[in-house]
Amino acid sequence: MKNRGGFPRVITYIALVVLGTAFTLPFFWLLSTSLKPDSRIQQWPPDIIPMLPVKVKLDGRQREVRLTPDGAKVALMERLEGGKASIKPLDGGKTKIVDGDQLKPVIRPGFQWSNYTRGLVFIPFFQQLRNTLIISIFTVIGTILSCSLVAYGLSKIDWKGRNVLFVVMLSTMMLPAQVTMIPVFAIFVKLGWVDTFLPLIVPSFLGTPFFIFLLRQFFLGIPKELSEAAKLDGCGEFGIYRRVIMPLSKPALATVGLFTFMAAWNDFMGPLIYLLDESKYTLSLGLAMFTGQYGNEYGMLMAVSAVVTIPIIVLFFFTQRTFIQGMTMSGIKG
Amino acid sequence: MQKSKANATDRRNLRNGLLFCSPLLVGLVGLTLYPVLASLYYSFCNYPMLKPPVWVGLANYKTLFADPVFYKSLANTAYYAALATPLGIITAFLLALLLNQKVKGMAVFRTMFFVPSIVPMVAGSVLWLWLLNADYGLINTILRAMHLPSALIPGWMADPKWSKPALVLMSVWGVGGWMLIYLAGLQDVPVDLHEAAEIDGASAWQRMVHITIPFMSPHLFFTLVMGFIGAAQYFTQAFVMTNGKGGPVDSTRFFSLYLFQNAFMYWKMGYACAMAWILFVVILLFTLLLFKTSARYVYYGGEK
Repeated sequence: MKNRGGFPRVITYIALVVLGTAFTLPFFWLLSTSLKPDSRIQQWPPDIIPMLPVKVKLDGRQREVRLTPDGAKVALMERLEGGKASIKPLDGGKTKIVDGDQLKPVIRPGFQWSNYTRGLVFIPFFQQLRNTLIISIFTVIGTILSCSLVAYGLSKIDWKGRNVLFVVMLSTMMLPAQVTMIPVFAIFVKLGWVDTFLPLIVPSFLGTPFFIFLLRQFFLGIPKELSEAAKLDGCGEFGIYRRVIMPLSKPALATVGLFTFMAAWNDFMGPLIYLLDESKYTLSLGLAMFTGQYGNEYGMLMAVSAVVTIPIIVLFFFTQRTFIQGMTMSGIKG
Repeated sequence: MQKSKANATDRRNLRNGLLFCSPLLVGLVGLTLYPVLASLYYSFCNYPMLKPPVWVGLANYKTLFADPVFYKSLANTAYYAALATPLGIITAFLLALLLNQKVKGMAVFRTMFFVPSIVPMVAGSVLWLWLLNADYGLINTILRAMHLPSALIPGWMADPKWSKPALVLMSVWGVGGWMLIYLAGLQDVPVDLHEAAEIDGASAWQRMVHITIPFMSPHLFFTLVMGFIGAAQYFTQAFVMTNGKGGPVDSTRFFSLYLFQNAFMYWKMGYACAMAWILFVVILLFTLLLFKTSARYVYYGGEK
């Protein structure tokens, strides 16, 4: 095959492998850290794969094994003041007191799953997952419904003023959210909707300019003859919308639904502004607040981050085609 | 007879059109038009949210232009935008060029480069907070393993000099979306043009500069505008990674973060609205400038 871009083949492969590793390494580190015990996270040099301290049962309790400078394996009985530690040789012997610094931990590869179990209870994960799903699902329904109706009105019905409305809508896409954020907040305060999901869900039922734009372009590509045939069969506009246009637009609707879901799942500023009570937090907000409070518990933080990220990556793998089409479509047309 | 029938159709279409577009009409009026006007009005008011707004004229704007944190947040944002946008574009373009070489395993590499861009922003920020940890983070671990003198090892989010480069580095990890846009664009660069140039003895570099980049310029321009607008509103990562403070020493207090703090932490809604309008005007002027000058460096191929 013709080498089009011009880099020699070998250099291309080396560059791809190096860059691919660099882009993937953070994920590896995320998983690796999430499976390490606290005692092995903040240390130099780090364990590449998760290691657990080796433990033995001695005198009725689990004790961590240490290596003394002369190479003997001992059980760490107790940490004492002033960096001292009491140790007991594994092969039977007397308890001694030594400097803690001299002892090296004995480790073996293994996973600390408790970061996940503790983290998920701590944030509380399942409640936040439920909140996130409620908001995301209603937002997807609202967006698909409102955007498809409006896109139909802007593409399939010929009425005076539709082009003006379309241009006005496009021009609002330029407006940064910060400009409208505060008055919209004031409206929701007046309605008594603060600390409910309504401010996060209801706006989606009023259309999203970008998705209306995408769907309108898609609807314009559906031949007029189809709508006209349905009209002759006695369909009204709503009938044409529901029976002809919507079934033909499944790929475009899937793109809109997918992107909306991801945006709702990821949304941070919205929940940050509107949700006050911890029991109403979404996953993103919950994770951010958790980070603010326990910024040093990296094992747990990584475990929770992994759990928040994995559903999105799984979703991506199942919907890759829709996804990539949507990305490129939005890029070129935008 | 004919005319009244046409009128009836027109009227029915108008009614149906308005009906179908009613969600948008309600949204535009309620969530855009009214808020825009209200926000402009509030920007001239003292508005602590719990009490009604009180007109104070230009006071908010005067205070703003004398507020050192305001200038700091502007400078932080300009710094971030000036670094993150071009670096993101260059990286994404390079990745797209590499993937466009018809290599084996292209789909695997494409996924590798793209997936970081879909990681939820908050989770990504928490992950990078750890990767960038000055003492035990993966990045400094690698730098130490390369035996870099410790004076050269950055403190990242712990050092006001390095905190913005740290955020830029993180943003480069998420350029997969732009890469896909470029990759789609590269499919449309005419192969015959490349072949003709090659026959005429043009080097790979010459073909890149004179064929590929001109054909890609609309895509590059689009991402430049989007990147700039996004950078101007940079918020979530800075909030999550600094616990809403914008530290250390205000080095990551970006414009939108300071705006948010004024609005929802200090309850200075009028002040925040004044900031929002300044943001809007800056974005508008800069975008206009980009579009005005774009005729000089954006080439819209055969498309008319």
